[in-house]
Amino acid sequence: MFKDKIYSPEFKDGKTTYLVDFSLPELYSANEIKLSEVIENKDFSIINIWASWCVPCREENDLLKSLSSLSSLQIIGINYKDRKKNSIKFLNDYGNPFKYNLVDKDGTESINLGAYGVPETFLVNKNRKILIKIIGPINDKDVKKIREIVND
Amino acid sequence: MVFLFLFINFFGICYSETEPYSKLENDIAKNLRCLICQGQSIYDSNSEFALSMRIYIKDQIDRGHSKDQIYNMLVKKYGQWIVYDPGYSKKTFLLWFIPILFFLLGGAIIYLRIYKSKKI
Repeated sequence: MFKDKIYSPEFKDGKTTYLVDFSLPELYSANEIKLSEVIENKDFSIINIWASWCVPCREENDLLKSLSSLSSLQIIGINYKDRKKNSIKFLNDYGNPFKYNLVDKDGTESINLGAYGVPETFLVNKNRKILIKIIGPINDKDVKKIREIVND
Repeated sequence: MVFLFLFINFFGICYSETEPYSKLENDIAKNLRCLICQGQSIYDSNSEFALSMRIYIKDQIDRGHSKDQIYNMLVKKYGQWIVYDPGYSKKTFLLWFIPILFFLLGGAIIYLRIYKSKKI
């Protein structure tokens, strides 16, 4: 019932949808990082919105780690409405699949992305074209789909 | 008596300062559906999504965007479902058109019946 109302931009009338661009500070270094510049570096990027207070994110973390070994893929985390101390503890406890972690302190850039909350995952190519959008935690099926696209 | 007066004033000031949003911000928030809550608007909700959305609305107003521009931006991101008032478009055309059609059809039926009965 509720699922029908979830808007997935990539499948609308065959129109292609591109990820918006913005700059956010990095978690460890606090340097401003421009999303498009980072995405350009690899063929595929996963943008994963997460938070240390988000329980499904913990379960999802293992699946993301399994994807982080793929050579043509990089995982960029967006740390959603979190405290620096807690996020770093989360990454120490559960492992860090992210190449970069951008900090979205007030959640506005996540709104800019068209996200509902945590967790949420986008798979994009070099040109920021959205290939997959997953609302909620990713599962084995999603991982398989991502692997298929990336290995093409 | 003086104490009571001070007491009321004190709380009066407190409450007058607890409204952090402008009227325009509230108007926009009332017309937006909180997508992760059930049956609440962004204005009603205190969810993380709604709170971020309120900051987003404020940012966009500060950047000089109008009400309609903000609605359009959000519809582009989240789909027509986010606005309570569905605007005219190809998809909502029937939604707006059918009531008018029924109204005219009903009027026509009533008119014809009266017309016919008068004739007889």
